[in-house]
Amino acid sequence: MTDLKAIPLDWYILLSSILFCIGIMGVLFRRNAIIIFMSIELMLNAVNLLLVAFSAYHNDAAGQVFVFFTMAVAAAEIAVGLAILIVVYRNTKSTDIDVLNRLKG
Amino acid sequence: MNTLLILSALGVIALFAEIFRFRKGLFPLILLGLAAAFIFTANQYNHPHVFFGMMNFDNYAVIFSCSILVIAFLWFMMAKNYFLQETSVTDHFSLILFSLVGAVVMVSFSNLTMLFLGIEILSVSVYVLAASDKSNVMSNESGFKYFLMGSFATGFLLFGITLIYGVTGSFDLATIHTQLTTTNEKGLVLAGILLLLVGLSFKSSLAPFHFWAPDVYEGAPTTVTTYMATVVKTAAFAAFFRLFSTCFTAAGNWSDILWWMVVLTLFIGNVSAVRQKSLKRLLAYSSVAHAGYIAIAIVSMSATSASAIFYYTLTYSISSITAFTILFIVSRYKGSKDISAFEGMSKANPLLAFAMTVAMLSLAGIPPTAGFFAKYYVFLTAINHGNTLLVLLAVIAALIGIYYYFRVIIAMYFKPEQQLVPIQVGPLHRTVLIITTVLTLLLGLFPNLVLGWI
Repeated sequence: MTDLKAIPLDWYILLSSILFCIGIMGVLFRRNAIIIFMSIELMLNAVNLLLVAFSAYHNDAAGQVFVFFTMAVAAAEIAVGLAILIVVYRNTKSTDIDVLNRLKG
Repeated sequence: MNTLLILSALGVIALFAEIFRFRKGLFPLILLGLAAAFIFTANQYNHPHVFFGMMNFDNYAVIFSCSILVIAFLWFMMAKNYFLQETSVTDHFSLILFSLVGAVVMVSFSNLTMLFLGIEILSVSVYVLAASDKSNVMSNESGFKYFLMGSFATGFLLFGITLIYGVTGSFDLATIHTQLTTTNEKGLVLAGILLLLVGLSFKSSLAPFHFWAPDVYEGAPTTVTTYMATVVKTAAFAAFFRLFSTCFTAAGNWSDILWWMVVLTLFIGNVSAVRQKSLKRLLAYSSVAHAGYIAIAIVSMSATSASAIFYYTLTYSISSITAFTILFIVSRYKGSKDISAFEGMSKANPLLAFAMTVAMLSLAGIPPTAGFFAKYYVFLTAINHGNTLLVLLAVIAALIGIYYYFRVIIAMYFKPEQQLVPIQVGPLHRTVLIITTVLTLLLGLFPNLVLGWI
C-alpha cells in the first residue's frame, strides 16, 4: 500500500485522464471496429487504474470491489460486441465501420 | 427484492424452456409472472425496504417499477407474434426479462455501483436485441451502433463515478450528498458531475448526444424499437432524476448546462422529425424530442419534478406502444414504414385510424389526451421554478411537433385510399390497442388517478 502512495495522487489522475483521452480519440478517429473495441477497453481500464488509486488513498476497499464489477461487465460487453461484429462481418465482409451507412437522414 | 427475484427466475425459466420444449406455455407463464411481480412490487408501496445500502425500495422506486412492469406487460402482448416466427423465441424473451431486472435496479439504486450494474444489465441485453434480426444488415448496423455508443457512454459514466468517489470516498448516494456540501475540490466534483451528465445523456438520448438514437431506432426490429422507446427511456430518466435529485442538488451549476442541452434537444428533435418520410424514423426523432420535455423537469428540480417525470414517461410510453403497434401491423401488411402507407386508412380501417389519431394527439400534447397533461405538469414545474424562458421555447418546439404529428392524421383521413382491403388485426394486438387507447383517454380526463402517487 505504501508503494502505491509514494506517487502523488495528482499523477494518477493525470495518467488516467491521458489514457482515457487516448481511448476517446481512438473511438472517434479510427475506422476499424476491432481497434475501436480496444480503445473502449482502454477507456475502461484507465478508469480502473484511477479507482484503485483512489481506493488506496481513501483506505477504502469499495473502490477495488467496484473494479471487479467493471472488469466483469467490460468482459460481458466485449463478448456481446464481438458477437455483433461477427454478424456484421458475415453480411458485409468487412470490419470497417464506414460500410455501415445504410441508416441516415 | 421480490420483483428482482421473480423477474430473474422468469428469465432463467425462459432460457430452459427451449430445452424442455415448453414453448407453448411460456408466454402465459411470463404474463402471469409479470402480474405477480407487479402485485409484489405494489405491496411494498409505503413500506420502504433497504438492502445493504445498495438498493432502496422507496415509493419512487415502487411506482417506477410498477410503471415499467405494466409497460412490459403490454409490450409482451404486442411482440408475441413477431418473436414466435423467429427460431429463438425463448432467447429473446429471456433477454427482455433480464433487461427488465436492469431497469428495476436502475430505478431503485442507492449506491453508484448498483446504478452502473443496472445500466449495464439493461443495455447489454438490448444491444443483442437490436441486432437480433441477424440476416438484416440494417438490424446489424443498428445493434452495432447501439453497442459502440452505449459502451462509449459507459466509459464516461464510469469516469464520472470514479471522480465523485475520489472526492467523497464513497459510492453511497446519501454520503456523497453530505460530503459534496463540505468539499473543497470543486473542480474535480464539477468534472465528475459533467461526465456523469454526458454518460446519462447518451443513454437517455439528449442532444448533443442523441445522434445514435434515430439510426438505432430505425434499424432495430419494430418490437425492439418499441421496447427502447418505452421501458429503456423510462428507466433511463428515472435513474437520471434519482441520481441528480439525491446527490447533486447542492453541488455545481450543472443545471445551466442541462438547460442548453434541453433547448438543443427540443429543437433538433422536432425540426428533424418534420422532414422524415418514414414513420419509424419520425417516431425516433419524436422520442428524442420527448426526452427534451422530460429533462425540463430535471432542470427545474423541485418537489413536483418526480411526479411530473413519472406522469410524462408513463403517458409517453403508453401512446408510443399504440403508435408502434399500429406501425408494426401496417408495415407488415403493406411492406412499407412510410407515412404514405397510412394514406386513406380511415376508410378501410376506421378503428385503427382512430387509435392512431388518439396516439398522435397524445404525443403532440393536445387535450383531452394524456399527453396534454404530461406537458402541462412539466411546464408547470418549470414555471414554478422560474424557468419561464425554457417553457416558452418548449411551447414553440411543441408547435413544430404538432405539424408532423398531424401529417400522419391528415394522411389517414384526407388522402385518397390506395387499397380498400381492411387489415386483419390479431386478438392480442387488438387487446393492446384497446387498453392503450382507453388508458390514454382515461389518464387525459382524470390525471389525478396516478399523479399523487410519488
